[in-house]
Amino acid sequence: MFVSFLIGAIAIGTVLLYGCLGEMLMEKSGHLNLGIPGIMCMGTAGGCLGIELYMNGLANPENASWFLLILISILMSILFSVATGAIYGFLTVTLRCNQNITGLAVTTFGTGLAQFIMSSYVSRKLFNTAGKIISRGLVNDPNANGFLRVFFSHGFFVYFAIALAIVFAAVLKRTRLGLHLRAVGENPAAADADGINVTAYKYGSIFVGSAVAGFGGLFYTMDYLKGSWENASTIESFGWLAIALVIFTLWKPNISIFGSILFGGLSITAYVLNGSSTQNELLKLLPYIITVVVLIITSIRKKRENQPPASLGLSYFREER
Amino acid sequence: MAKEVLIEFQNITKTFGTVIANNNVSLQIFKGEILSVLGENGCGKTTLMNMLAGIYYPDGGKILIGGKEAVIHSPKAAFGYKIGMIHQHFKLIDVFTAAENVVLGVKDGEKYNLKSVKKRIGEMCDRYGFHINPDQKIYEMSVSEKQTVEIIKVLYRGADILILDEPTAVLTPQEIEKLFAVLRRMRDDGKSIIIITHKLNEVMSISDRVAVLRKGEHIGTVNTSETSEQALTEMMVGKKIVLNIDRSEPQNPADRLLVKDLNCTGPDGVKVLDHISFTARSGEILGIAGIAGSGQRQLLEAIAGLQHLDSGEIIFNRPKKNLPVSFFHKTFKQIVAMAAEGKFHYEDGTPVDLSGKSKKEIRQLVNDGKILFNEDDVMNLRDKTPLQIRELGVRLSFVPEDRLGMGLVGNMDIVDNMMLRSYRKGNSVLVDRKKPQNLADKIVKGLEVVTPDLHTPVRRLSGGNVQKVLVGREISYAPKVLMAAYPVRGLDINSSYLIYNLLDKQKREGAAVIFVGEDLDVLLGLCDRILVINSGRITGIVDARTITKEEVGLLMTKTDSGKEEKNGTEN
Amino acid sequence: MEPKTEKHLSTDEKAISKKRLELPFHIVKRSNIALWKKILIYAAALVGALLLSAIICVAFSPKSGGSSKNIGDFFKFLFNGAFGTERKTWLFLLEMALLLGVSMALIPAFKMKFWNLGGNGQILMGCLCAYACSYWLGGKMPDWLLLIFMFVTAVAAGILWALIPAIFKAVFNTNETLFTLMMNYIAVGIVLYFRAAWIKNGSGQYPTLKAGILPALDQYKALLTVIIFVVLTILMFVYLRYSKHGYEISVVGESVNTAKYVGINVKAVIIRTMILSGAIAGLVGFFLIARTGAGLSDNSPNNMGFTAIMTSWLASFNPLLMFLTCFFIAFINKGMIQVSTGFKFTNNSIANIVVGLIYFFVIACAFFINYKIVPRDKSGNKQDLEKKFANQIKGVK
Repeated sequence: MFVSFLIGAIAIGTVLLYGCLGEMLMEKSGHLNLGIPGIMCMGTAGGCLGIELYMNGLANPENASWFLLILISILMSILFSVATGAIYGFLTVTLRCNQNITGLAVTTFGTGLAQFIMSSYVSRKLFNTAGKIISRGLVNDPNANGFLRVFFSHGFFVYFAIALAIVFAAVLKRTRLGLHLRAVGENPAAADADGINVTAYKYGSIFVGSAVAGFGGLFYTMDYLKGSWENASTIESFGWLAIALVIFTLWKPNISIFGSILFGGLSITAYVLNGSSTQNELLKLLPYIITVVVLIITSIRKKRENQPPASLGLSYFREER
Repeated sequence: MAKEVLIEFQNITKTFGTVIANNNVSLQIFKGEILSVLGENGCGKTTLMNMLAGIYYPDGGKILIGGKEAVIHSPKAAFGYKIGMIHQHFKLIDVFTAAENVVLGVKDGEKYNLKSVKKRIGEMCDRYGFHINPDQKIYEMSVSEKQTVEIIKVLYRGADILILDEPTAVLTPQEIEKLFAVLRRMRDDGKSIIIITHKLNEVMSISDRVAVLRKGEHIGTVNTSETSEQALTEMMVGKKIVLNIDRSEPQNPADRLLVKDLNCTGPDGVKVLDHISFTARSGEILGIAGIAGSGQRQLLEAIAGLQHLDSGEIIFNRPKKNLPVSFFHKTFKQIVAMAAEGKFHYEDGTPVDLSGKSKKEIRQLVNDGKILFNEDDVMNLRDKTPLQIRELGVRLSFVPEDRLGMGLVGNMDIVDNMMLRSYRKGNSVLVDRKKPQNLADKIVKGLEVVTPDLHTPVRRLSGGNVQKVLVGREISYAPKVLMAAYPVRGLDINSSYLIYNLLDKQKREGAAVIFVGEDLDVLLGLCDRILVINSGRITGIVDARTITKEEVGLLMTKTDSGKEEKNGTEN
Repeated sequence: MEPKTEKHLSTDEKAISKKRLELPFHIVKRSNIALWKKILIYAAALVGALLLSAIICVAFSPKSGGSSKNIGDFFKFLFNGAFGTERKTWLFLLEMALLLGVSMALIPAFKMKFWNLGGNGQILMGCLCAYACSYWLGGKMPDWLLLIFMFVTAVAAGILWALIPAIFKAVFNTNETLFTLMMNYIAVGIVLYFRAAWIKNGSGQYPTLKAGILPALDQYKALLTVIIFVVLTILMFVYLRYSKHGYEISVVGESVNTAKYVGINVKAVIIRTMILSGAIAGLVGFFLIARTGAGLSDNSPNNMGFTAIMTSWLASFNPLLMFLTCFFIAFINKGMIQVSTGFKFTNNSIANIVVGLIYFFVIACAFFINYKIVPRDKSGNKQDLEKKFANQIKGVK
């Protein structure tokens, strides 16, 4: 039971990790993006559309290529989520509109459009087949040793997420690119004075962040649920939880790997424990309460490393006095 | 030592609108020297150097570097010419380490490797005698360490010419000594260093040559070894200009505000007010002279109840001895309490005892003016909020330096700005806009404020009109103490005179006026006494009618302490 | 010690500064904009957004029904959704009134520059308390007393949910945007928890109420709500514009420094204003439950906490302008439901798409109102650059 709990926690954690990494990257450049739920939904819709087109074109869907499924779904997911992120970017970076308002509008738009695409253009007839192929791990035998199952039974997207988190952590900490990105989020005017192209960094982080966040919904639909889709609201709620996770992990990608598994675990503990439904609901509350506590503690301790990027939520206008 | 000319300004002129910041300035900078650029606030010294650093571009004239004409569009272009400037406000990212800040934005095509960056920083530290930990975060650093990071940042980008804008303004004497040692080493290493300053003793101790600017013009450049502080002061302040300010004689001056031994520490841990003591008298204008940032702002804000103090007292004194108490200044409760403490007497000299008297009787006694003060009515304003000060009945007006950020609300109209201080009056939950409207109307007409109407947001008015609105509001309360910080900054000559006359009028009406100014001619022409402040200390309180500009200038720039300590209390 | 690649660096930088010089236009901040220009910008954006929405709906409407729809149909349905029948008109007015109510809950905070994203949670807590009172106390006391109980607890719950982030903001400067956002989900969780704890019949839904229902003034039970929130809007206008509290809110929102200079207790104003904010949100929650005795759900606030952010922001936090923005948003919401069914879309997601699109257009208006694009002529170049750098220096204090 503990093994299946861990596997489940890692799976839900992966959904959150993608959303969290995407949001974190944008926040590092000073953009609080409340559109992340919408972007995650759009990424899902794009990826699913790609899989639909690919699977329908096959004579024998059972023999669909694992590699092509992953590749096509990733590319289509990126296309859709980056396009949605680009709307947010254009409005907040170039037009310097209010980030909170724009983010909420993106969520409204993104969830609506994703729902529309999924119900009008994606039949999902062959999704169960595709889902099984995508979720294939190194160890697929349910009777295998618990250790192997916890670490090697997941599909590609789980390892990809963890790899991305590690890469993000390294890039932010050890490269010039990361240094400049953090500078933009902390103090865009100083970064600008040092010759860093603030606009390019902001757009770059929004594009990459959107792409990464989009994978979260795609993973949830195609891998975790093996291709079933009810409506956009589940993914939307993962989006909000991902924003909480960014706060919880103090804007640090490597911590977010463990934070996401913790949050994932909290959200499925109830099912695994087979507890009462009231316990269920209380456990689901925990991530948000913990997040609030972390938010309060960091603001009381005022430790500078654990604060949100200093210019988070503010538009940068060079000529502003 | 053979001197090689590195940079040459040729007939540089720079204007901002109608203001000429630099007029036909020609100046040479040699390789391997320390040049001080000396002048009062607003003389154009920073503007001149900003043109070298690529922040401004000259309107006329040329800059030659190494004999060739240089086009410096931007700070980046300046670095191309190996020029780096360290501004007064540091451009550092607080949560980054020193090394990260140093390497930020450097595109040298090398692999990003903080280790090698640190190594190079270490080499620089050894070479020039810096002391810095490259792994320390900026927010953990003192001002002096931050400045060191800025210097290293410039050196790291390969600068051979360093411009430092007022580098010592925020440093302690020991830190200044360290900085100077570093600068000398850099000079000996062949770098050229330009220091923008107005501190004479520092000029004398560090620089090889001094260029003096006054009102945008280059007065002359002299070798430090061949000049004296006296001579430089004369070059800096020029001949006294007589202004046509109507200065009235002080009328029945009485001690109004007694400031005793104020001490205040700034956020950086630097002392911003250091044993400040003085007395402001009614019917008199007390000028405060000093280099910008010497503690003037904190002093006024402390009196206004906006600045936390480490120690000291601010006593507001109402000369009431043998005068009747009234409900105008004291509440019923306060009077009863004071009577119990034996603070009143009747006309015949017998002490007032209110116990056993009915409310009505007491009111009657007060209203008839039968109850007299034994002593002057004194109140300590220290650590009182602005609201509490007002509730004590102290009419204290304050025209702050930051007009739109503190004195007024830019997005509100004139009427709403009129009621900022008075909106609480009355018991109604609604605000009364009628009186503010009348006041606004009176000020707009009386002070000739140019505005489309009373409902224009004040941020859309010109600087002079904004100031008229603010000063008009502050004097409308018939203040007993009126404080004004740089009230004519950015104003045209007519508006300036209007403000001077308003201040003088307040003085004639018996207010104790405290005027913080920067133009010495104005201070000498308008004030009765001048308090000179330097790095948070009083260096002298002098009679404005007899002192000379040079003497004030010397007091403003002298830093050695000791004998002037007692000056603070001599009044 | 000198950088080896210095030459390369300097030429590179020159190229950059040159490239920047050649930008054909640049953006400057406006100090002021004429009212007619502002109206024109918004009107253009609305017309553009609606036309684009119409085209999208026509282009993507399912063709299976045989009868193809045109742009005229889009506007016809849109109008009918809000005003097609008497019932629809009443429901439209109801939606507008509730939206007004939530907007009133948010604007005092927004005017103070306190980003209250927690409207949903504050309303939901109000709903929960009103519902709980009726659920447990219904039938045990007279209805009027029950209604008072519901009202008081709902308002208190709304206040509590607003007060917690407000206190932390005032005392520790805790980021209120993220805090209030999280409070929404905690409220949702609490509602789901009590559903599991109280409702044991296995339906998984809060049943509709039998007691504590407000009297109906009209057939659709809308009028009372409409009257209350219209009156509230006018009161809020008076409060913000003419009361001393409202004046203090404006001063704190505009400049904390000025507020301190004139002796306003900024912390007290933040807390007091958020109490008001939460109280009104709780009131909306009370009406959502007590109007018809509807069952509670985690979606009871119908996301109005977020929608109202849009309406109040679009109205520049002016309560009277909010009549316009709430009218418009409610109109689009109701109209799009009709368009969605009229165009035979399989579900209501098209409404979200169109609403989102319209939001984008009106949000972008802010740019054209606050900034203007001016061509860069040669003589202007230098001064702009100077301004730019001078401000950079100033800006980095």
